[in-house]
Amino acid sequence: MSMNTVKIKVNGSLIVKEIESRWLLSDFLRDKLGLTGTHVGCEHGVCGACTVLIDGEPVRSCLMLAVQADGLEVETVESLAGDDGSLHPIQKAFADNHALQCGFCTPGFLMSVKNFMENHPDLPTDEEIREAISGNLCRCTGYSNIIKAVKEAYVL
Amino acid sequence: MKQFVGQNVKRKEDYRLLTGSGRFVADIRIENMVEAAILRSPYAHAKIKNIDPSQAKNYEGVLDVIIADDLEGSVKPFTEFVEFTLPPQLEADIKPTIKKNPEPMLAKDKVTFVGQAVAIVLAVDRYVAEDALALIKVEYEALPVVTDPFETIKDDAPVIHQELGNNIQSHFEVKVGDIDYAFKQANHILKTRITTPRVSGNPLETRGVIAEYEERNQQLEVWSSTQVPYMVRSYLSKLVGLVEDSIRVVAPDVGGGFGPKCAVYPEEIIIPYLAMKYKRPVKWIEDRLEHMQSTRHSRDQVHDVEVAFKNDGTILGLKDQFLLDNGAHNSFALCCAYNSAAHLRGMYHIPNYNITGRIVLTNKTPNVPYRGAGRPEAVYVMDRIIYMIASKLNLDPVEVSMRNFVRPEHMPYDTGIFYRDGANMVLENGNYTESLKQAMKIVDYEEFRQQQEDARKKGKYIGIGFSSYIEGTGIGPFEGAVVKIDPTGHILVGVGSSPHGQSHETTFSQICADVFGVNPEQVTVRAGDTSLLPYGVGTFASRGAVTAGSAVQGASKQLKEKLIATAGVMLGVSSDVLEMHGGKVYLKNDPAKGVSLQEIAQASRPGPRCKVPKGIEPGASATYYFVPLTVTFSSGFHVAVVEVDKETGFVNIHRYIVVHDCGRVINPKIVDGQIQGGVAQGIGGALYEEIIYDKNGQLITGTYMDYLIPTSMEIPNVEMGHQEYLSPHNPMGIKGVGEGGAISPPAAIANAVCDAMKPLNIEINTLPISPNKLRSLIVEAELQEVY
Amino acid sequence: MKPPKFSYLRPNNLLEALEMLAEYGDEAKIMSGGQSLIPLLNMRLSTPAYIIDIGRVEELKGIRDEEDTIVIGGMTRHADVEKSPLIREKCPLLSEGIRWVGHNQIRTRGTIGGSIAHADPSAELPCMLTALRGEIVIVSNEEEMIFSPQEFFLSYLLTSLEPNQLVKEIRFPKIKKGSGYAFEEVARRHGDFALVEVAAVIELNTDGTIADAKIALGGANSVPFIPEETEGFLIGKLPDDSILKEAAVLQLDELDPEGDIHGSKEYRRYLSGVLLERALYKAVERAREGVIA
Repeated sequence: MSMNTVKIKVNGSLIVKEIESRWLLSDFLRDKLGLTGTHVGCEHGVCGACTVLIDGEPVRSCLMLAVQADGLEVETVESLAGDDGSLHPIQKAFADNHALQCGFCTPGFLMSVKNFMENHPDLPTDEEIREAISGNLCRCTGYSNIIKAVKEAYVL
Repeated sequence: MKQFVGQNVKRKEDYRLLTGSGRFVADIRIENMVEAAILRSPYAHAKIKNIDPSQAKNYEGVLDVIIADDLEGSVKPFTEFVEFTLPPQLEADIKPTIKKNPEPMLAKDKVTFVGQAVAIVLAVDRYVAEDALALIKVEYEALPVVTDPFETIKDDAPVIHQELGNNIQSHFEVKVGDIDYAFKQANHILKTRITTPRVSGNPLETRGVIAEYEERNQQLEVWSSTQVPYMVRSYLSKLVGLVEDSIRVVAPDVGGGFGPKCAVYPEEIIIPYLAMKYKRPVKWIEDRLEHMQSTRHSRDQVHDVEVAFKNDGTILGLKDQFLLDNGAHNSFALCCAYNSAAHLRGMYHIPNYNITGRIVLTNKTPNVPYRGAGRPEAVYVMDRIIYMIASKLNLDPVEVSMRNFVRPEHMPYDTGIFYRDGANMVLENGNYTESLKQAMKIVDYEEFRQQQEDARKKGKYIGIGFSSYIEGTGIGPFEGAVVKIDPTGHILVGVGSSPHGQSHETTFSQICADVFGVNPEQVTVRAGDTSLLPYGVGTFASRGAVTAGSAVQGASKQLKEKLIATAGVMLGVSSDVLEMHGGKVYLKNDPAKGVSLQEIAQASRPGPRCKVPKGIEPGASATYYFVPLTVTFSSGFHVAVVEVDKETGFVNIHRYIVVHDCGRVINPKIVDGQIQGGVAQGIGGALYEEIIYDKNGQLITGTYMDYLIPTSMEIPNVEMGHQEYLSPHNPMGIKGVGEGGAISPPAAIANAVCDAMKPLNIEINTLPISPNKLRSLIVEAELQEVY
Repeated sequence: MKPPKFSYLRPNNLLEALEMLAEYGDEAKIMSGGQSLIPLLNMRLSTPAYIIDIGRVEELKGIRDEEDTIVIGGMTRHADVEKSPLIREKCPLLSEGIRWVGHNQIRTRGTIGGSIAHADPSAELPCMLTALRGEIVIVSNEEEMIFSPQEFFLSYLLTSLEPNQLVKEIRFPKIKKGSGYAFEEVARRHGDFALVEVAAVIELNTDGTIADAKIALGGANSVPFIPEETEGFLIGKLPDDSILKEAAVLQLDELDPEGDIHGSKEYRRYLSGVLLERALYKAVERAREGVIA
């Protein structure tokens, strides 16, 4: 078994752990760190449910080995709310606009949107938002409330 | 008094789902748990000559490998789903042939579709389990494969299940009026074939099961990503031989269902059995490749339809013979097939009707009902016909449609047939003409026709299409609710129908809050757990709000009465001088004098100080089962405005409008969300999604690279209009809304594309409308023009 | 869907990487961004004994300005190319076309070298590189070589890379002043693999006639296709609508796309002509507008 020791900063805390080299980052986060907010929907890089931020950039955690994240910073959905449990503006906007139904894809959307808003500080058009979230599949909402929520997050 | 039903109350489910603290099956971890991986058949049809699991069993980290022989004597074979047995009056009417055709738990002597479960590996983790799968040696002998519904009914077709004699599993016929007379009277007869392909519901969360057997209570705990936990419990009890009460099935947060999770699957029986056998918790999480192959598909109908009509567009009669290709098994009796037959005429008055349905078997994955369950197929047939009649007579399809509507003055309108639940199928209320007018007003139909003409002059092809649907929603047999006042005064509601995105916790708390005159914050709703109530059904068939919602109201009202009676004893007054509001029961004429829910709850505890009136059971709780007489009919219109790129064949949706009637709206935002989401799935079926098998029964669309679920770039914002004709069949007047959005998009979009290409007279009677397909039709039509 | 067992090797510099390749190359897979490799691992369609992760090889990263050429290190990610102001100014075809590569979450990991080495005929980068007549720099622990796209791309997912070699950098010529460019693609859904795609650069003379035409079609053959005859036909002509229409279908017979459920061979071939016409039209329009300063 090929094992590796990884040092990864996950949601601000440094994690040092032994992990088999073939383990996917998504499984590492969920099974080894208990961060089950990152969901696994397709494991071939299409659905986007497993999106996390690596050094601030959105990445499919099912298309990355945990060992590849060695030395990098990972942010998952669990990092968004404040220490007091208060929702991040993006989360609040999702709740206010009924932008989730079953909620399975939601963490992936939230992470994609967080990065998008950081890179696009000015209020985007609907088309820009559509493109920004096009790498995340949602089977429940039909997307339109997600687009509304993203716009609202800009003013929160 | 503030009412919460009808308000946009914020969802109670959202906080946990937004913060990553929801709990889906895959999120559950139990000490000492093993993980399962399943070996699935690579053949569509083959004999299994030998299975040698020895090497896999010896692989490091493997607990065991289980094959069909290992289940013999311990796990009984599946039966058909008795929940779908036809009521006797319906059976007498349509005289069906239904051959029993349940599926095996694990394939034993033969496999009949690619993806069928053959063996299960239990190992320390999924990585190791998948390693071991590759080490199981199975010797197959390939058999001839049949994947086409017309091929499979031929006399010389390879018979998939010898005991059935042939591949026609079911047959039935529905007759209304005098079809021969209608066809004799007609000015025109139109004949066509209309096909809705096989698709897959594809919830973003795959299926998954975890089971743990607890020796102390001899209790089997099962967590499953299912729409029907009670059904899972019932079959587990029957097939594994445990008393029902020793099994608790929990559907925790479920990441979408849409129908594919509305069945009991072999894994839901075997995994719990293995947890008992090995005395270790067992987890199986389906991956997406397995999901595409083995989670049940849907639709796949071919209709050969003939319609008789007059010069003015009045439809006199309709004949239809259709095949439903159900894949290798059918455990659902006539569910989708009869739904198609019952809904095909939709909101049209067609007095003479004759439809024959045959469910046929092929070497493909079995089918389940998927959002719409036979209705999208029926609506696609009917509304293509409306457009084809209009085209033939050179009339506006709106006019043809309006000429044939069931009129409000004829309601309640008896369709002349039974519904699937055995009651007479009666459209209770609504105004279809007004509803279509409302939709056409939103889209500004006249204005659009002008724009279309201008666009055509510039070589741009824009078109408008509409579709209508009715849907029997809220089917029985029942749903239950228990309402309790906690000693703290908080209200607790438990329901039998378990959600997967429908917002039960929010909407049912609104219903309950209104009965007690409190804020929904003071109500907690729990669902998806068989320990909440002794009996439950599930969430499917647009039934949650109608059935469980009515049960919550019924239970709340009963409890309210009981609490007032108890308060009467506490206050020493007769209960008719009391009233309940704001968490208190008080004297009508002296509101300062009263008792709180908390005080009543404490006074309801059994014992010498109990204040519950004599003769009534102590405690502050009530259980109520709502039993609907029959379904209630939602309805709606969809209008699509599209542009066709004639050169490439790509279709772009410019606008999409829905006007619908779902009776009483509990929470407008949630209702709109259901519609928008349903439309997105419908657009998937119209333009993108299709499950494709090759001639050898190999699944071609086995990944998300090939099975095309629409993204945010493909789905427009749906503009909505509402009608609210309250249903007479339940106390709040609710009609179901879950499926409606998904029913009409294929028909509306196909009609819009045909309308855009009107100069070429293209008829699109197959789906999805892929650019390749549309371009081919354009080329064909242009060639026709030349000759 | 979990990767099979493999030994993981992570070189810290190019020398180490090349030594590892020399030693394990036959049984190894290079992982740069992993966006094509990991799905294959998850489906167990690829079972290499070794994975050499070149993600930490700094020499392979970055975008360099070299006179007439933009040099992009093999390990440079799509997202970096997308954001580069230098590329936007000097080779905007690349900035435009790269946005068609998957989705943002793929472009943040996927690399330029990875896409070139993977050699999917419908991928955007090989098509653009071919249209621009760029070059691929290959390195092993023995030698460094430069290939033209025609030499490098051999067939569907097949290149002239030897097991001990990797893609060091890719050289994209800047687009000349007076030129226009276009990238046209259609895919079933946004972000899907192209049904077909066209990259074109058209240079105009001051009299409005075509000075040079460089075109490549992706997804139309087993490797990106250069319609040389079409290019020759265009040079010297005044590009009016009828000329562009004629040019667009000149070599359709030579296209041999793979048909599948998303589009038949015939449809893709036909579509190539439609997109080529659109690309030529747009490139000419842009050349006239003087978009390249």
